Amino acid sequence: MTYLAKPKLHHPTLAKNKRGFTRRDYEGPVSTLCAGCGHDSISAAIIQAAFNLDIEPHRVAKLSGIGCSSKTPTYFLGQSHGFNTVHGRMPSVLTGANLANRDLIYMGVSGDGDSASIGLGQFAHAMRRGVNMVYIVMNNGVYGLTKGQFSATADKGSKAKKGAINNDSPVDMVGLALQLGATFVARSFSGDKAQLVPLIEAAIAHQGAAFIDVVSPCVAFNNHPGSTKSYDYVREHNEAVNRIDFMPHREEITTEYEPGTVQEVVQHDGSVLRLRKLHTDYDPNNRIAAMNFLQEHQARGEVVTGLLYVDPDPEDLHIYANTVPVPLNALGERELCPRAAALEKINASLR
Amino acid sequence: MKKISAVNDFVVKFANVNGSGSASANEMFARSILRMGVPVSPRNIFPSNIQGLPTWYEIRVTEKGYLGRRGGCDMMVAMNPQTWDSDVKEIEPGGYLFYDSTRPIPRSKFRDDIHVIGMPLTQITNETYTDVRQRTLFKNIICVGGLSALFDMDVQEIERLIGEQYRGKEALLKPNIQALHLGRDYALANLDCPGMGLKVRRADNVGDRIFLEGNNAAALGAVYGGATVCAWYPITPSSSVAEAFQKHCSKFRVDPETGKNRYAIVQAEDELASIGMVIGAGWNGARAFTATSGPGISLMTEFIGLAYFAEIPATIVNVQRGGPSTGMPTRTQQADLLSCAYASNGDTKHPLLFPEDPRECFEFVAEALDLADRLQTPIFVMTDLDIGMNQRLCRPLTWDDSRTYDRGKVMTAAELEAGRDFGRYLDVDGDGIPFRTYPGTHPKRGAFFTRGTTKDRYARYSEEGPVYVDNMERLERKWETAKDLVPRPVVRRAPRAAKFGVIYFGSTSPAMDEALDALDAQGKPIDAMRVRGFPFHASVMEFVDSHEQVFVVEQNRDGQLRSMLINEGNLDSARVIPVLHYDGTPITARFIIAAIADRMARSNVTPIKKVAQ
Repeated sequence: MTYLAKPKLHHPTLAKNKRGFTRRDYEGPVSTLCAGCGHDSISAAIIQAAFNLDIEPHRVAKLSGIGCSSKTPTYFLGQSHGFNTVHGRMPSVLTGANLANRDLIYMGVSGDGDSASIGLGQFAHAMRRGVNMVYIVMNNGVYGLTKGQFSATADKGSKAKKGAINNDSPVDMVGLALQLGATFVARSFSGDKAQLVPLIEAAIAHQGAAFIDVVSPCVAFNNHPGSTKSYDYVREHNEAVNRIDFMPHREEITTEYEPGTVQEVVQHDGSVLRLRKLHTDYDPNNRIAAMNFLQEHQARGEVVTGLLYVDPDPEDLHIYANTVPVPLNALGERELCPRAAALEKINASLR
Repeated sequence: MKKISAVNDFVVKFANVNGSGSASANEMFARSILRMGVPVSPRNIFPSNIQGLPTWYEIRVTEKGYLGRRGGCDMMVAMNPQTWDSDVKEIEPGGYLFYDSTRPIPRSKFRDDIHVIGMPLTQITNETYTDVRQRTLFKNIICVGGLSALFDMDVQEIERLIGEQYRGKEALLKPNIQALHLGRDYALANLDCPGMGLKVRRADNVGDRIFLEGNNAAALGAVYGGATVCAWYPITPSSSVAEAFQKHCSKFRVDPETGKNRYAIVQAEDELASIGMVIGAGWNGARAFTATSGPGISLMTEFIGLAYFAEIPATIVNVQRGGPSTGMPTRTQQADLLSCAYASNGDTKHPLLFPEDPRECFEFVAEALDLADRLQTPIFVMTDLDIGMNQRLCRPLTWDDSRTYDRGKVMTAAELEAGRDFGRYLDVDGDGIPFRTYPGTHPKRGAFFTRGTTKDRYARYSEEGPVYVDNMERLERKWETAKDLVPRPVVRRAPRAAKFGVIYFGSTSPAMDEALDALDAQGKPIDAMRVRGFPFHASVMEFVDSHEQVFVVEQNRDGQLRSMLINEGNLDSARVIPVLHYDGTPITARFIIAAIADRMARSNVTPIKKVAQ
């Protein structure tokens, strides 16, 4: 047995999207993660987002590092090329892949062990460079595959399953992403699909470095009292700044909202993020204010979620590199090779 | 007193201070000798420093065209007080010391067995120029002018070179010519020019050869070979590969209509990221390369294993320097063979190409890009500091316009649509190389999951023993295929039957050419094979088998190529004799001749491990 395939038989009444795909066309084989793992909910949210956006599955490249989270790309988008790279190095491989073909959608999936420890450097530099990607960290504060050691995002004072207390300060990946220049930064909770799915949709539509930190409880090793990454803790301390409706194109506002509670962000591709504000003074277009807000609320033990920052008109690595619109992997001798006559001139200049 | 007299066959060495602007004047001196039809082989000897520390520029003038380092010094141009004592000591008895005599130097600082030529360079400069910057620049040119008189060089060739260098910059051209003549006229009037025994005489031994650095040539190879993605991290002595790639791309790879780039270069945060980007780009169907040196290879090792096992093309230019660890960053060695050939955990092995000069750097980088796609694996181009950072005379670069890029086995959307069976790790024709698909090829077929874990022929995860072994055996078949694809060795037979053979590679080549001529002349015939690729072609083992004993000449301490020969060919280690030179200076013919002649003269066999003089 190599993996558990799902039955190929599709129910004829399954809904199809505009491209004629059913939700099943975006799935992968059956997950081998633990029952109740938050990561499976995130996989489901990715599947739902891709279905909603009418994406052709083969136009997505999904890349990951090593760990429980990095196994998930097997379980979604089975018609997409996937790449399970090495520990903490997904960002560099994805950067190279993105340079080779700017036409695909790049989904990088990682975990807190993969991205906040060994991969912290590569995470930082992918954000700085503005690689056009969706970078999802499935954040459970713990190393699952090696059975329950603290990760670098575990909160100070957080308690391990066997009772150890974490004394190290946590790495705040959202704070880092904001500081490093990511142009789309969000945090969500694997148990809040209504918030997560539109965030993923908006991140896919975003043409720049999009980072989503998804708190995703580990049912096997980090879901007990004393943990700050458990289902109970996050539900109790979830401080959502907004709920988001993602629309590929602007639609009429049909629901009545309190004045000042709805903000629309139009992204470069025409897609619209309609934010229903839960904190009326929160401005997701202000990077510095977002950092201050996060720091203040996190100091109180709150888990701030929602769309935290978005630059509606981002730039990306290809803009900086000034590359041709055609994918570099589609260029051949004609476009790339200067020919023998040019070499003769070079020879002449070297005598 | 003995006086060295030589025409077109001597070594002159410039002792300078790093950052004093001497490099371009020294190069002009070397190049003007080339323009007189006399081959030269210059070498920069420099510290890991930007300003202030000593540097040397050693020029071997060699009418016969022996481009290896000779060793010894016939004239020292001593411009650095800091290294005066050791510079004076280095001059061959009967040789010459040229120095700036503006300030008196005590007699005890000289030697009795050398000829001293003093020229008041600073005084001449300061009397003529007031601007500090001009003084620094023109002192170097005045020095060249003085030397041109001593060596009896054709001053018109130097004028022509200055003219080419400052074409369109008349304001700089004239003062340079003036400075040149200022120095030359002073020397002709005040120095015993005819009495200086080293002379350059016009010859016709350069032909159409070109003069360039290996790193520049490697970058051109990447441009011609179709690399579109370059990811790198600065490290001596490889940085100028990526910098030259940038320069050539800005000339040849910009869409003339839109001004957009047909390339992307990323200066990564470290070598881990640079090789990661190369692998990502290779996975996604672009030709990609990185350039690095030994310490960078150490960092890349995990990723190299991934690319081997997941079968992803990657081209790595390793400009080798002295190891281990940070080692000798600005000195040369061939000491990364083992760390590259068997890089990473588990059973891994990787093809290596060994260029001998800049021309082969150009050819082999372009070739490596083809081989990486054909073999779907990392390919190393094993150059070194001696080739990479020195200008070397070599045959002109050539390109066949009918050549197409070999993209290897890539299954297309049409083939997938037609229902052709696609197994990412399925060997369809026995050469061990499977088909791959680029991401995004077909809506329903051809997608697969790439991973560093074990998998079956259809890329499905499996830890079953037979499945694992099946895959490893296929990789071994691919390795066999590679033996016929990497560049073949080049053999030079002795004029008569020889019981000894010698194997060498890479930058040892010019010194070995000279040594072989000398051994022939001494009546010591020896057959020579220059290995150009790993895995070894069958003819390499046949060469060893057809000789009683074979010397393996290399520039490392442990005889790394020899170990690989013994390992891969199951050779009797007693039949392969190491000849090892590894003090960080380029190997010399003198060293090789002494080592081999000594060994041939004796019957007992012990390893030769001594440092060159």
